[in-house]
Order: sequence, then C-alpha cells, then structure tokens
Amino acid sequence: MYLTKEEELILAGEYGYALQKAMEILVALGEIYGADRLIPIKSAQVAGVSYKNIGEAGIGFLCDFVEAGAKVSVYTTLNPAGIGDDEFMEKQEEVLNLYREMGIEVTSTCTPYYGANLPKFGDHIAWSESSAVVFANSVIGARTNREGGPSSLASAIVGKTPNYGLHLEENRKATVIVDVQAKVKTFVDYAALGYHLGRTLGNDVPYLRGTQPEKTEFLKEMGAAMAASGSIALYHVEGETPEYRGAIDDNLETITVEEGDIKAVKEQFSDDWDGIDMILIGCPHASLQEVKEIAELLRMRGRPLRVPLFITASRAVKALADALGYTEIIERYNGRIIADSCFVVSPIKGWYRGIATNSGKSAFYFRSFGFNVRLDDAENLIKEAP
Amino acid sequence: MKLKGRKIVGGKAEGELIVSQKPLSFLGGVDPETGIVTDAESDIRGQIIAGKILAFPRGKGSTVGSYVIYALKKNGKAPKAIIVGEAETIVATGAIISEIPMVDGIDVSKLRSGVKVKVDADRGEVEVHESGE
Repeated sequence: MYLTKEEELILAGEYGYALQKAMEILVALGEIYGADRLIPIKSAQVAGVSYKNIGEAGIGFLCDFVEAGAKVSVYTTLNPAGIGDDEFMEKQEEVLNLYREMGIEVTSTCTPYYGANLPKFGDHIAWSESSAVVFANSVIGARTNREGGPSSLASAIVGKTPNYGLHLEENRKATVIVDVQAKVKTFVDYAALGYHLGRTLGNDVPYLRGTQPEKTEFLKEMGAAMAASGSIALYHVEGETPEYRGAIDDNLETITVEEGDIKAVKEQFSDDWDGIDMILIGCPHASLQEVKEIAELLRMRGRPLRVPLFITASRAVKALADALGYTEIIERYNGRIIADSCFVVSPIKGWYRGIATNSGKSAFYFRSFGFNVRLDDAENLIKEAP
Repeated sequence: MKLKGRKIVGGKAEGELIVSQKPLSFLGGVDPETGIVTDAESDIRGQIIAGKILAFPRGKGSTVGSYVIYALKKNGKAPKAIIVGEAETIVATGAIISEIPMVDGIDVSKLRSGVKVKVDADRGEVEVHESGE
C-alpha cells in the first residue's frame, strides 16, 4: 500500500503513540484487504459505546488511548449507550467521558443522520453500526465499509480509511437481483423483507425490483434488518435509491421473494400478548415522523397502555418531540421516549419476559436473548395492546 | 517444517502451540481475566491460551473482541503470538493495539496443539519443531 511521507512519519511514531497505533490499524487493514492507499474521510461513527459490550477491557484501552493524547481529526459521532442500574450507569458515563475527551461529539445514536451527522452523496466515511452503514451506503449514497468500533476510531483519529471494499465503484454494483413478488406495503413488511434477505443472502449487494417504499423509514428499517440477520452493507432499489442506475450487469442471478417468505418471518415472531410486558418502537432510533405517528395512534386508542411503551430515539429527535408536544401525549398513555440509548445493548436479561416491536432488527436480537417476541406494525400494536 | 505466511504484526516468539480448527470469538469467547477459552462452539473450550502460541483459522463475532485481546495482554494472559489462516479486522486490530506478533496465510490444519514452534512475524514465518526435537 502506498503511504505519503506524512503517513510514514505517523507510522514511525513521530506524532506520538495514539496516532501511531491508529495508523498501524489502518495500514494493517489496508494490507489485509488489498487497499492501494489511504483516502480522507468526511466523518466517523464509532461503535463500542455500551458498557455491556465493551466492558472493563474496552475502558482499559480507551483510558490508555486518551492518556496517550488520542484526538479525533474529523467530525465523529457515537453509537447508542446502554441503560442499567446505578453501577452500570456510572461505568457508562465513564465510557462517554473518555470518548468526549477524544473530541468526539457525544450524541449516542444509531441514526446520526437524523441529527448531528448527515453525509452527502459520494462522501467517503468510516462508520460502524451496521444499520447506519447500510443506510449511509444505500439511501444516501455515501461510501463506507462495515467498520468495527476500533477501526472506526482509528479512522476518526487519523482522518482516513484504507481504500477498499465499498469505497470502490466496482464493489458497489449489485451481486444479485431480488424480484419482490410479495406485496410489501407497511413498515413491518419491509422489516420482514430485510430480515428474510439478510438471512438468505449473507453479504451480497442485492438489487430489489418490484417494490416502491413509500417512506424513508421503510428503507431504514429494511436495511437494519438485513444487516442484523445477515451482513449486508449496501442494497439498491430500482427507481428509488441513488445508485440503482448502472448497478446491474448481465448474468446476475435473480431470486424471488414471495408472499410466503414475508409471512414466514412474521409467523416466527408472533408470540401472544400474555408473554409480552414491553412495547419497543425505534430500532433503529425513531424519526420525528415515527414519534408523531405513535402520539396520534395513542390518542386514537384513547386509554393508557397497561404494557409500557418505550420509544428509543436520538437526543435531536427527542428534543423536537418535547418542543412539539408529542412527548407529553406519549407519556399520558404510559409511553416514554428514551434518548441516546438502546435496549439491544443494555443488560436487560430478567427485566422483561417478552417484547412487542415493529423492528425486524430488535426481533432478531431479542429472540436470540431468549425473549418472547411479537413483530407487528405500530398501528396494530397500539390498537391491540392490553 | 517451515511454513510461510504474511506479517500482520511484527515480532518474534517461541513456545507451545494451542490450535483451534474453528473460528474464534474473543468477546464472550475468551475470559480476559484467566485466558481460558469459553466460546461454546470452540474445539479448545476450557483450555488456556495465556503464554502459548495461538493458532486458529480466523476471528469471528463482535469487533469489541479487539479490546478483549488488549485486556488479555494487560492481565498477562495473552498468547505470545497469533497465527491465523486468514486475518480479519477483529483479531488484526487486537494484535496491533496489544503488540502481539501475528502472522496470517498459514494452513492451520497442519498444526497440532502441544508442538513447539518459533514464530518470526517480521518474515511471516512459522517454524514447527518436529515432536521430540
């Protein structure tokens, strides 16, 4: 891999230990994946935030890195934090403070694009958080590989990423055509479609035809489910997403998705309300439109929920919901908006028996934690919930 | 027997091999306090990697696994060197920040636990001492 004179000096340790280690990570990854050089990035999104995930091992590393003077050199935002007991929250705060000391904007969300960090078409970025990666690549047309926590942090510090994978035009072409013959209309239809494709395809670049998602949120949800049940980092939707033109060549294999495929996913997550003691909306974090829709659904329902409702959202969206009065309505019906946090990365074992959700990604994780799961559209959940 | 691979992290080490023929997850798969493998799917579950030369086909699981490797090092429970079939982000990053010599491109199926090896990561070489040598 070609390195500039300055990059060589960083690698040799001339700019200190933190930059040297960060550069070593990028150079090693570049060599492993066959990059020709490093390219500048516009922003980073760093995972490895919840104390449940990074634990003492992560805190130890971040502490040493901060002491060595690690500072980010591009605009960098953070993944969601965890929520837990007092001891957990103290550790969680310690993690956030370490990231803050590196100059990272401590907005802890999986939807940075709904607030602090919105890339533009063609921008090279180094993002972790699989749902944000697939959104940035597919819906915005920015370019990022599926980074992990440490590699996105290394990129944030150096301000560069190795030029391989989805940074290269040729790797952004479709590898399979998906002919969607099933009727896919609602939020949960898209969640189920994404879940099915992730499981079926692995790390392909699917090109979907036969579907016209009505809302941006449907694309967000579909991508998140794909990236959770599989490892898809980019998809195209014919006539809808910014890079669909020229994304397909001849000789691509075509798979079809039929009504039965979507139904099978929904049936897999259809546990009874008897086993459900929490409703979760906002995985990935809810948009303001989703929050507003919930407030309206609750008003139509007309009586408070017996099963508590949690909406997870970025602090940016929560602030808007507060200002516009939606939070107050939601709280009146036994709902809460939780800012900058995520149940999937929280130590929630034993807190609940089962969750009802409209998220394919949450359904996937909560089932793997051993919870009952009911997957349905918010409209049905709020109408039917005890 | 001398096997030729590629340097991921430079350095030299000598010691006893512990070999897994399955991909290894460090987060939730290796206890950073003891260096004992806890990964339920691992064929070296219950064994200690501390102070050994650890060989396995590739890493898997969460990228936080890199920090687990770092914690192993800080706790004095890290392997002396890492040999993999195919390097990927998690283990490579972990080895870099922990300064553990690492080589990839080695056919791990040729290696057996308990055998003494010499790793020269700078040259990407693994020298396997025949048993009894």
